[in-house]
Amino acid sequence: MSRRTAIGLAVVPVLFLLAFFVWPVASILATGLVEEGGKAFTRVLTNERLLGVAWFTLWQAVVSTVLTVLVAMPATWVLARFDFRGRSLVRAVATVPFVLPTVVVGTAFLALVGPSGVLGVDLHGTVWAILGAHVFFNIAVVVRVVGGVWGHLDPRLEDAARSLGASPWQTFTRVTLPLLRPALAAASSIVFLFTLTSFGTVLILGGPRIATVEVEIYRRSALFLDLPAAAVLALLQMVGVVAALTAYSRYQERHTVEQTLRPVQETARRIQTGRERGLVAGILGGTGVIVIGPPLVLVWRSLTAGGGFGLQAYRALRSDALVPVGAAVGNSLGFAVAATLIALGVGLPAAVLIAARRGRISRWFDTLLMLPLGTSAVTIGFGFLIALDSPVDLRASRALVPIAHALVATPFVVRASVPVLRAVRGRLREAAATLGASPARTFREVDLPIVSRVAAVGAAFAFAVSLGEFGATIFLARPGGPTIPIAIYRFLGRPGVLNFGQAMALSVLLMAITAAAIMAVERARFPGPGAF
Amino acid sequence: MLELRDIAARFGQLEVLAGVCLTVGPSEIVAVLGASGSGKTTLLRVVAGLHRPESGTVVWEGHDLAATPPHQRGFGMVFQDFALFPHLDVAGNVGFGIPDMPESEKRSRVSEELERVGLAGYETRRVGELSGGQAQRVAVARALAPRPRLLLLDEPLGSLDRAFRRELAADLRAALRSAGIPALHVTHDPDEAFAVADRIALLHDGTVIRFGPPELLWRAPGTEAAARLLGLTTIVDVTVNRDGIHLGRGEGRRARAIVREEAVRIAADGAVRGVVEDSTFRGPGHALRVNVPGGEITLVHHERVEPGQTVGLDIPQEGFALLDG
Repeated sequence: MSRRTAIGLAVVPVLFLLAFFVWPVASILATGLVEEGGKAFTRVLTNERLLGVAWFTLWQAVVSTVLTVLVAMPATWVLARFDFRGRSLVRAVATVPFVLPTVVVGTAFLALVGPSGVLGVDLHGTVWAILGAHVFFNIAVVVRVVGGVWGHLDPRLEDAARSLGASPWQTFTRVTLPLLRPALAAASSIVFLFTLTSFGTVLILGGPRIATVEVEIYRRSALFLDLPAAAVLALLQMVGVVAALTAYSRYQERHTVEQTLRPVQETARRIQTGRERGLVAGILGGTGVIVIGPPLVLVWRSLTAGGGFGLQAYRALRSDALVPVGAAVGNSLGFAVAATLIALGVGLPAAVLIAARRGRISRWFDTLLMLPLGTSAVTIGFGFLIALDSPVDLRASRALVPIAHALVATPFVVRASVPVLRAVRGRLREAAATLGASPARTFREVDLPIVSRVAAVGAAFAFAVSLGEFGATIFLARPGGPTIPIAIYRFLGRPGVLNFGQAMALSVLLMAITAAAIMAVERARFPGPGAF
Repeated sequence: MLELRDIAARFGQLEVLAGVCLTVGPSEIVAVLGASGSGKTTLLRVVAGLHRPESGTVVWEGHDLAATPPHQRGFGMVFQDFALFPHLDVAGNVGFGIPDMPESEKRSRVSEELERVGLAGYETRRVGELSGGQAQRVAVARALAPRPRLLLLDEPLGSLDRAFRRELAADLRAALRSAGIPALHVTHDPDEAFAVADRIALLHDGTVIRFGPPELLWRAPGTEAAARLLGLTTIVDVTVNRDGIHLGRGEGRRARAIVREEAVRIAADGAVRGVVEDSTFRGPGHALRVNVPGGEITLVHHERVEPGQTVGLDIPQEGFALLDG
């Protein structure tokens, strides 16, 4: 690839990131440090309530992470080590919570353990509801990330330990666990970051008393208009995120173990004894209840909200006086299409560039593109709000919502595309050349079909991310132009059984649309490099 | 006919090829045998036009190919990891390089190529569903389908099971023969080279140190490096004088020689005395490692001999092959 092509490819992604990421973050920095002559920092750091919020944010993230790992490990083991019918179906089901929008998760837990929850205990406004939702939401991360490595661990290593006299438990703690440590660290860091910056779930389940830094940024800026304090909180959170990421990469550098990974077909074995069968069934059943329970309760409660069994809550959606549901659905779909197009327009050229060039600049560019993923959605929304008023005031523009969504979705597009593009770049293109294909034909018949499938996967992800996005949208959506998650939140904010029923009905609707988008991803995937 | 003249290639500071000369005649199969990292793959990539050589020329039928891009050379290539297109089925892969022709003709051509490699009826299989051996056959069929002027094979059997390799090597030779296409085949496995090639080029330190028919190389490898590449690893110190070649140091010219284990026999009155180091059962007999003057000899004997025992060995003169240098 020539230098000129490379620069051409870099222009759009770089400008996009400068305008919609670097500039907003810089504005937050300026607001926090410069306004009030730097006194905002002292104000925040001496405010006991805010310190309490920061402390709560940290410990709930740590506890959520530990609980998630503990709850997810047995199912991860079963899915990684046993071969049984329906294994891939079970794995797909375990991934369901992760693709649910946070607002839907919050609503589902209200239906479960809220004031009129089916479990009969009201945990609304307690940390337990939040921890439960966090565990539910993040099980898939552990199953995918740790299971991805566990399924490829050479089982002969464990056999070797057993033959050297180790008990099953010793084998696990002295052989398996150390080999899984890097994967566990990766999964824990992801879960920690997600729960540290958790917004929608905490806003809905935390009630008036419980708040995380993320929720507090929202309240300070959108409700109290205390922008300097919100900026300081956003900065503190960014420092926390960067510290966590740095600690993680240090850890990975020091603890990476070279090992031969075996194909899954060789590592998984059939269930042999009756005891094993019972164990596997118990683990999968227990995890299944945790994973499928909340969405099922949500669907069931949405159908029984109006007293009897039926579609009353769904019918009420059509004619709500205060929340324009039809418009919300239209907005969500429109924003999702726009966000997808923007994410592809920014992400694909960037991915082509990263895949084609190796070296420092490419790595730096890659990191830059991943940064929005490590930045919380609320920070992005807040940054947009304070930054994009000059030189042109964009804040009233409808375009900001899909742009914010695209910022969150672009890293997914890049991550999905780069490995596949690398594979095309190398051998496949050479193979086409030795078969007599001209560069033009190679592009048409090899690059394009593969890239377009990658683009389809990235697009469906971007679409799903946009549909469920809440943290940035709550800052940017205009009162008359809510998205589905915003509409759900408004229903939840109004008292009454029917409003809650409508929130649940709309959540089910959003869940169905998201599921359709994710299923499109699964269909577009094909075996080969870059399957993720 | 392909001629390589003084091909040199480097990766950054590292010189991989330092003046390789080689020819491949009409419908001839030439194997390039070299250790891993000896530049075999680079050599193929230079011929295919995928790697620009530092110096030297690739000549086809008298024409220098320096200015010809890979897709116009008409050289097919089978890649080590096969590089099958994941978005196409087996027929799509095999048909990829076939020039434009009516769909029905193309279909029968694809079937014909699949039949040649023993995969008739596999047209609609997905590439991801193939076993290693099947993927290798599809890769060969795909490369042969456009009727290339020359086929380049990069360790095409390298990733397969050992037992399976021998069988596939024979099939590969048959497929190449039936297509009548000359081939340049690189490998590190002497058995594979013997099974496939009409002539073998031994690549060592970036140059071809020996080039000839397998039987000739086997009989007279020349240098010790060449012998080791060919899998002839029983190499000892000998003395050469008027009476012939003798093990160990004595009166006469000192040299190194290969001892052919199949020629060595244990005999009570054998001229050479050796101490058995160890004895391992191997299908046809017991493999003995015997310490003799000048080195160590491995041979197969019909019965077990306890380690530490002294035995007499009978080594006929034709059991030795002197090495140069």
